[in-house]
Amino acid sequence: MDPKYIRNFCIIAHIDHGKSTLADRILEKTRTVAERDMEQQILDNMELERERGITIKARAVRLQYQAKDGETYIFDLIDTPGHVDFNYEVSRSLAACEGAILIVDASQGIEAQTLANTYLAIEHDLEVIPVVNKIDLPSAQPERVCQEVEDIIGIPAMDAPRISAKLGTNIEEVLERIVTDIPAPQADKNAPLRALIFDSYYDPYKGVIIYVRVKDGTVQVGDTIRLMATGAEFTVTETGYMTTDQLVNTGVLEAGEVGYIAASIKSIGDTQVGDTVTLAERPCTEPLPGYRKVNPMVFSGIYPADGARYGDLRDALEKLQLNDAALSFEPETSVALGFGFRCGFLGLLHMEIIQERLEREYNLDLITTAPSVIYKVTLTDGTVQYIDNPTNYPDPSLIAQAEEPLVKADILVPSEYVGNVMDLCQDRRGTFKDMQYLDDTRVTLKYELPLNEIVYDFFDALKSRTRGYASFDYELMGYAPSKLVKLDILLNGEVVDALSFIIHTDKAYARGRKIAEKLKENIPRQLFEVPIQAAIGGKIIARETVKAMRKDVLAKCYGGDITRKKKLLEKQKEGKKRMRQLGTVEVPQEAFMSVLKLDE
Amino acid sequence: MTGLYLHIPFCARKCPYCAFFSVPYRKGTVAAYTEAVKRNIAACGLTDRVDTVYFGGGTPSLLTAAQVSDILNTCAKYLHLAPEPEITLEYDPTGSRETYLRDLYAAGVDRLSIGTQSFSDRQLKLLGRTHTAQQGKKAVLTAYAAGFRNISCDLMLAVPEQTAELLAETLQTLTELPVVHVSAYLLQVEEGTPLAGDAALLARCPDEDAAADLYLQAVHTLENAGLHQYEVSSFAREGFESRHNLKYWCCEPYFGIGAGAHACCFGKRSCVPEDIAAFLEAERQPEQLLSASPCDPEERLMLGLRLTEGVPSERLPGKQKIPALQKAGYLRERNGKTVLTPEGFAVSNAVITELLT
Repeated sequence: MDPKYIRNFCIIAHIDHGKSTLADRILEKTRTVAERDMEQQILDNMELERERGITIKARAVRLQYQAKDGETYIFDLIDTPGHVDFNYEVSRSLAACEGAILIVDASQGIEAQTLANTYLAIEHDLEVIPVVNKIDLPSAQPERVCQEVEDIIGIPAMDAPRISAKLGTNIEEVLERIVTDIPAPQADKNAPLRALIFDSYYDPYKGVIIYVRVKDGTVQVGDTIRLMATGAEFTVTETGYMTTDQLVNTGVLEAGEVGYIAASIKSIGDTQVGDTVTLAERPCTEPLPGYRKVNPMVFSGIYPADGARYGDLRDALEKLQLNDAALSFEPETSVALGFGFRCGFLGLLHMEIIQERLEREYNLDLITTAPSVIYKVTLTDGTVQYIDNPTNYPDPSLIAQAEEPLVKADILVPSEYVGNVMDLCQDRRGTFKDMQYLDDTRVTLKYELPLNEIVYDFFDALKSRTRGYASFDYELMGYAPSKLVKLDILLNGEVVDALSFIIHTDKAYARGRKIAEKLKENIPRQLFEVPIQAAIGGKIIARETVKAMRKDVLAKCYGGDITRKKKLLEKQKEGKKRMRQLGTVEVPQEAFMSVLKLDE
Repeated sequence: MTGLYLHIPFCARKCPYCAFFSVPYRKGTVAAYTEAVKRNIAACGLTDRVDTVYFGGGTPSLLTAAQVSDILNTCAKYLHLAPEPEITLEYDPTGSRETYLRDLYAAGVDRLSIGTQSFSDRQLKLLGRTHTAQQGKKAVLTAYAAGFRNISCDLMLAVPEQTAELLAETLQTLTELPVVHVSAYLLQVEEGTPLAGDAALLARCPDEDAAADLYLQAVHTLENAGLHQYEVSSFAREGFESRHNLKYWCCEPYFGIGAGAHACCFGKRSCVPEDIAAFLEAERQPEQLLSASPCDPEERLMLGLRLTEGVPSERLPGKQKIPALQKAGYLRERNGKTVLTPEGFAVSNAVITELLT
C-alpha cells in the first residue's frame, strides 16, 4: 500500500466535548459501520466506558474514505482516553499517529485535560487540527473558542471546521481536512522492519494480540519477529488491520500502516508497550524511541470480602493485567483483612475502574484500603526506603527525613469560582504558583500539591466547589520533605493495620477524629462496648465508643412457632461470617469502605 | 405428656403491629372451622396423655362458649386428657360479658390469657387496640368474678410514647389486679405491617436503650410484686407458670390443629399451611414438614436459654466465650446451669449467636 494514501490520526477532547460522537459520525460517513449496526459510542464498547461516558482503553480502527480529489484514503483512527489517569494511553496512541483532531466544545472552550493532551501531541510533532463542536447549542460561541485556541495553544484556528457531531453537520469538512492537513506517513517499506507496539491484549485463542504502527519495512505471516526489549522471537500467524468489531487478516502489514500482529505469544509480559518489533532475519539497528514507562502512583490493598476467594481475586487481577499493563499487584497480608494484594494504579480513577471491573466482571466482593502514594523515607543510618504501604512505615525514631511526592496541577475554572478553588488548594496544602486569565471569564490556576492530598477525593471536592465547571490535570514533579506521621486506628485497644495511613501532621488530628466518627457510625452495636481510637505513635488523638447493644431479642414465639427464631438465628450466624473478627470486635465490610469517603 | 394447640385465626380487626396469620371474622366460617377442628381432634391419633389445651389466635374469644365447649368435649371423647389439664383461652378484653366467661369456665377453660397490652388509653389507641384501659381492668375483674383464678395478662413494652412513668402506672394497675401471670413482650416491628410503614409512629417508639430500660423496669417491678420471671417474656406467681408454653421451651411434644398451627410431635416439627379454605375442605388437615430432626442441641440451647431455669453448663457450646459474657453480666452460673440475666435476655439473640459461632 502506498503510504501516500494513509492518514493515521487520533482525537483529543475533554470529557463530554463529543469525541465519541464525532468518532461515530466518521465511522458512519465512511460507511465503516452500516447504519443498521450503528449504536452510540461504538468504540467505547466496555460497559463501564459507556456508563461513565469515558474512554479507558485506546482502540484503533481502519476506515476508507473517498476524498474530493477522487482518491481513496485509508484512515487509521486511534481512539484515546481523555482522563489524566490514562495519559500513558494517550502518549502511546500519539506515537502511532501523524495528526490529531482537537475537539473543543463551542460553549465550554478549552479544558485542562485537552490542553495537556494537545501539548503532548505537539511534543510528538503531530499536526493538530482544531475542530469546534456543538455549534448547534444556543450558547455556542465558535469565534471566541477559535480565538481561545489560538491564544492559549498557539495554533491557527480561525478556519477550524465548525461542526455538530450530534446532528452530523460539517463532518465532511473534517474528513477533507484529515486528507489535506495531516501528513502521509514517512515510510520506507524496503528498510528493515521497525514497528512500534502501542497496545496489546490477550485473546484466549490467538494469544497476545499486539497493536503496532509500522514505521519502516514489512511484516508478513510466517515471518519470525523479534521484540527488541526482551529479545523474544515469535512466528507471525496473523497480521492485518482492525475494524470496529473484528481483526481482518490481510497477511501483510507495510510501512505507514497501523494494524495488529498475532504470533502465538503466550505471555503479555513479553510484549512491552512501547517496544519495537523487528525481523529476526534482518533486524533494524536502532529501536524506535519508546515512551516513558508508566509507574503506578497510587497504591491500595485489595482484599476479597470472603477470604476463600483469594484465588479468584488473583486470577481476576492477572486477567485484567493482560490488558492493562499499568496495573501492578503483589500479594500482601493484613491482620485485619487476611490475604489480599497491594495494587498500584495510575490514579484514583484508574483505581476505581479496576475495582469496579473486578466486582462486575469477576463477581468479586472487595474490601479496599485507603489509597496511599509512595513516600520516600531516609533512615538515620542513611538508607532510603520507598513506602507504598502504611503498615511498613518505619518507627519515627528511625526516620531522618520523610518526603512525599508533589504534583504540578493545572486547574481551569470560571473566574467566579477562583476563590473556592484557592481555598480548596490551600486546604490541601497546595502552594500557589501562578494565575492567568484565559479570557474575561476563565482562569487557569497553577498549584503545587502533595499527591497524597489529591488521591484522596480532590477531584470530587473540586467538582462540588465549582458546580462541576473546573477541570484539572496534573503531573508528577518530584519529592519534597514533609512532616509526615503514621495515623493508626485502634479498635478495642488493638491497631487495625488495614486502617492505618500516612498523613501530614497538621491534618492528622482532624482526619483521625473524622475516621473515628465514621467508624462509630458504621460499626454496629455488639455485645461488648467497642472503643475506637485514633493514635499517632502511642498518643491517642481521638476517641469514640460504640456502646454495647441493649436490645436484640425475639420476644414473641407464638403458638410454638419457632421458625422465625430459627431463621433469625441463621441470619445472624450468616451475618457474623460476613464480618471481620478483630479480637472480640466484629467489623462489617462497610466500615472499612466508609473511611475512604469522609466527605460524604 | 403432650400439649394441644388450637389455632383460631379470626379477628374482628387486625392490629397494626401484628404479623401473625388471621382473617376477618365471619360467623359462618367460624362454625365450619369449629367442625373442622373437631374432625381433626378426632383423627389426630394422639395416644399420649394430653395435659394442656391452648386456644390461640387470632381471637379465640370470637368462638361462642358452645363452640368452645363442643371442642373440649371432643377432646375429652377422643384424647386421653390428663387429670386437671391446663386449658387456656386467649381473650380479647373488648366488651366483656360475664355470662360468656362463666360459660367458658363451665366448659372447662381454667386459664384466661387476656390481651390487655397496656393500661394507658393513649397507648392503646396508638397501638390500634379497640379496647380501653377500663375495659382491660374490667375484663380481668369479670373473669375473676366468673371463677377464673389463673388469669394472665399481655403487656407490650417499648410501645410508642412509652416512658418509665407511663410503664410504672401500667404495672401498678396490673399488679393490683388478680393476675397471676404476665406475658410482657417488647414491641417488634414486623416487615409488611402497617406499623412498619408508619414512620411518624415509629419515630415515637423508644430507642434501643430506652426499650431495654423499659424491659428491665418491667422485670424488676413484676419480680417485686411476686411475679417472678421464668422465661424471656413470661412472669408468674409460684405455681402459675404456663404449663403449655413451657413445652415449647423444654422441647416437650405439642400438637397443633388449625390453619397456621405449629406442632412438634411424632418426632418432627410441622405446621398447617396458613390457608383456611384448605383446612376446611380437607378431611385431615394438610401438613407441612419443617424439620425431621427437632430438638437438636442447637434448638435446645436456643429454646432452653429462654428460661430462667437455664441449661446445663456442660452442654453449652462456645465455652471459651463464656467468661467474657459472664463478665459483661449477660450470663451467670447457678447450680451447674447457665442462665441468662435480665440484661442477657434483652440481647439473647446475640448471646446465643455468639455461643454458637
